[in-house]
Amino acid sequence: MNWLNVCSVLDLQNDSGICALVNGEQIALFYVQNTVYAISNFDPFGNANVLSRGVIGDLKGKIVVASPLYKQHFNLKTGICLEDESVILPVYASRIENGTVQIGVTS
Amino acid sequence: MNIKPTLVVIGNGMVGQYFLSQLAESPLKDTHQIVAFCEEIRPAYDRVHLSEFFAGKTAEDLSLVPHGFFEQNGITIHLNDKVVSVNRANKTVTSEKGIKFPYDKVVFATGSYPFVPPVIGNNRPSCLVYRTIEDLEQMVASAKNGKVGTVVGGGLLGLEAAKALRDLGLETHVVEFAPRLMAVQVDEAGGAMLRHKMENLGIRIHTSKNTREIVAGENCLNKMCFVDGEELETDLVLFSAGIRPRDELARSSGLAMGARGGIEINNQCKTSDSDIYAIGECALWNGMIYGLVAPGYAMARTVVADLQNHESFFTGADMSTKLKLMGVDVASIGDAHAKSQGALVYTYQNGSDEIYKRLVVSSDKKKLLGAVLVGDASGYGTLLQYYLNGIELPENPDSLILPHRSDESVGLGVDALPNSAQICSCFNVTKGDICSAIEAGCQTIDDLKTSTKAATGCGGCGALLKSVLNSELTKQGVEVNTDLCEHFAFTRQELFDLIRVGEIKTFADLIEKHGKGLGCDVCKPTVGNMLASQWNDFILENSHVGLQDTNDTFLANMQKDGTYSVVPRITGGEISPDMLIALGQVGKKYNLYTKITGGQRVDLFGARIDELPHIWKELIDAGFESGHAYGKSLRTVKSCVGSTWCRFGVDDSVGLAIELENRYKGLRSPHKIKFAVSGCTRECAEAQSKDVGIIATENGWNLYVCGNGGMKPRHSDLFATGLDKETLIKYIDRFLNFYVRTADRLQRTSVWMENMEGGLDYLKSVVIDDKLALCDQLESQMQYVIDTYQCEWKTTIEDESKLKRFRHFINSDQHDENVIFVEERGQIRPANEGERKHFKLTEVT
Repeated sequence: MNWLNVCSVLDLQNDSGICALVNGEQIALFYVQNTVYAISNFDPFGNANVLSRGVIGDLKGKIVVASPLYKQHFNLKTGICLEDESVILPVYASRIENGTVQIGVTS
Repeated sequence: MNIKPTLVVIGNGMVGQYFLSQLAESPLKDTHQIVAFCEEIRPAYDRVHLSEFFAGKTAEDLSLVPHGFFEQNGITIHLNDKVVSVNRANKTVTSEKGIKFPYDKVVFATGSYPFVPPVIGNNRPSCLVYRTIEDLEQMVASAKNGKVGTVVGGGLLGLEAAKALRDLGLETHVVEFAPRLMAVQVDEAGGAMLRHKMENLGIRIHTSKNTREIVAGENCLNKMCFVDGEELETDLVLFSAGIRPRDELARSSGLAMGARGGIEINNQCKTSDSDIYAIGECALWNGMIYGLVAPGYAMARTVVADLQNHESFFTGADMSTKLKLMGVDVASIGDAHAKSQGALVYTYQNGSDEIYKRLVVSSDKKKLLGAVLVGDASGYGTLLQYYLNGIELPENPDSLILPHRSDESVGLGVDALPNSAQICSCFNVTKGDICSAIEAGCQTIDDLKTSTKAATGCGGCGALLKSVLNSELTKQGVEVNTDLCEHFAFTRQELFDLIRVGEIKTFADLIEKHGKGLGCDVCKPTVGNMLASQWNDFILENSHVGLQDTNDTFLANMQKDGTYSVVPRITGGEISPDMLIALGQVGKKYNLYTKITGGQRVDLFGARIDELPHIWKELIDAGFESGHAYGKSLRTVKSCVGSTWCRFGVDDSVGLAIELENRYKGLRSPHKIKFAVSGCTRECAEAQSKDVGIIATENGWNLYVCGNGGMKPRHSDLFATGLDKETLIKYIDRFLNFYVRTADRLQRTSVWMENMEGGLDYLKSVVIDDKLALCDQLESQMQYVIDTYQCEWKTTIEDESKLKRFRHFINSDQHDENVIFVEERGQIRPANEGERKHFKLTEVT
């Protein structure tokens, strides 16, 4: 696994999301309880790159983001949509190293 | 050849229409040819709620006939055509327009007419009656040229009519022949209390007055001269001195009549001719004319049964009534005057709260014979059930009317009612009917109304219906969960109180003290909104930003492609050419799609997230401020041009709109709030479709509340009339903050008010009469929000750290390549699916 630097941990907003461009892909980064989660930024229901701007929370123990367009919930750990489990978003490996947010890419 | 027997219904009032609706639900619909005649130009409407016409209801709102009713049920209706003769020998009816029809059966539902006492001058101009929509239109026309109105008759209908006159803005008098008001239903002490309360409402009451004649007035159009020598100057005279049966057609047809009028009927509602029935207020049963709809409906059901050869009897009806007259509760049950042999009387009189209650019980204290309630009719449902079902009274019957000052539970629980107990007397719905409907799946009052019709007539049984529903649901083990979400086991209102009383300023603090988990997209924005309503901190502060929906986070409205629209505030819809040019220049520079909104503003679409701060910098420099179109908050105060320019304008609607918009801008609320101000009753600003609507009149501002457009449009209700600006603003301050504190999440003012126990009257008692002693708090909270207002965009662009998030990528200046615009009618719009594919292809090649 190859770890790419994306941004500083100071760029993250606690309990909220931002979007990063990694190898031409839009990745939504969420910072919850000192952990960074990374899923695709593309909302397959609304067909727009907006998921990083959704509200984060937990539903029945699963940490989720709600799409700002039509409010479907996506599990931040698995990418699975709670309302339609056949819809699964790409999930990316992510970590914080020495104050830097990194995304893991398999080379 | 017509082989079906013909049934002719004469009259299409409330009872006539109810009869048709019962026919339509019976097999008679298919076995009979049904023909109805109606002398009015419109089919049946709700006369019981006629006074609501003045509170903004239209003739259409009052209609009792569902769309397509006659067509769908194969009923022929002849409107604006009355039957003028019934030839019983040939069995034909003939109408005024000359239609001649053979009949097999006839039903008279000709109703009644208002009795006009035979005083000299009773036909002078503006001497009117109160019965039809045309009468109301005449009243409106007469009221325009007058200042004083007088109702002749202090009975139930007379006091209703007095309310109508007051709603028209007239100085209102009631002249009553008897020594007290509502002499039939209420005893002397109750009548005195009622009078006192009416007088406090500004109605002038004159009892024991016998009108001798009506002549031309000196200061007003008319002058009433009484037998005792006194005089009363009045413009409008409204006769409401009782009803008389419309029996002239029956009389000329040779049917048997009562000595003082009325078509005599037997227990099957048959007249002296066995092929002719009579129902409603034209019918005389056992020497009685029933002037209420419920007995008329019971007669209609009897006839429908009899026509099918089912055994059915009309055996009299209970005349108990409960009504609210200008906010004053009055109720009367059974033998209110204690005329029964050996009857015992209990009374409770509270001079300070102006409440009077009287119980009439049997000599053995076991049965309730009658009751009178003035000022507080909350016990009506319970007492009526005791009376109707002969339920044995508690050991001390006075406990039913004495106030409860501890937790002791008095009153009859709905569980004590037998299944045969009639809950809704208008539609004869029993407790058993309601229980079956609940078993069949009804879970809300609305469900029950639809499936049983209970509480859809006079509405008097609404509270009782709710009790039955709650009790039955509890028995079924259905728990009505009102928790906001899985993180907070509280309603929004409860959370608001916790935030306010506990002075909680952040979501983290609230969830730690009163919730669990991380929160979600339901509770976070709701709490963020409540914190803003209460403390009014900047919503993008670090502790709040994660709570906000994307629209609040980026202070703009997200569109389908992830771009945003921008709506600067244009207070009252007033904008100078220079400002308009500045707006146009910004739109042009950033290539935005521009559209005029329904709220008299300009919406600029297609702004990328990184463009928002630049756009706003320019807008703010040009003098604009945030329009809060992104928030659950005050949107716009729409206005017509008002008296400044308009030749019909009565007051300066634009000036008031601007003042109100500047006052309430930025107030976060459970849902968006819209206002409008019209400068006259032509209502060009459409104020009656807004949460808060204001209309200028000669006497001051009229305030309307709780209207909305949208998915379920609702006209607003008249809340207060003839206000000066100071009082108007005070009422709106209180109204808004009470809404902010107590509504559910995303609940518009209309639904909030409709779900409130006591509805509009309760709301008035809180906002106008300060029933909850809350008004000082509500006003000072509003002042706090006003004093802490900030333009959120100005604060944002002045704070470098807040601007960091206004870019699509944290690590790149590229734009979102998925955002593609094409041109249409000279402006941009998002590309559709097909166009996108085309773009991708051209990019690849």
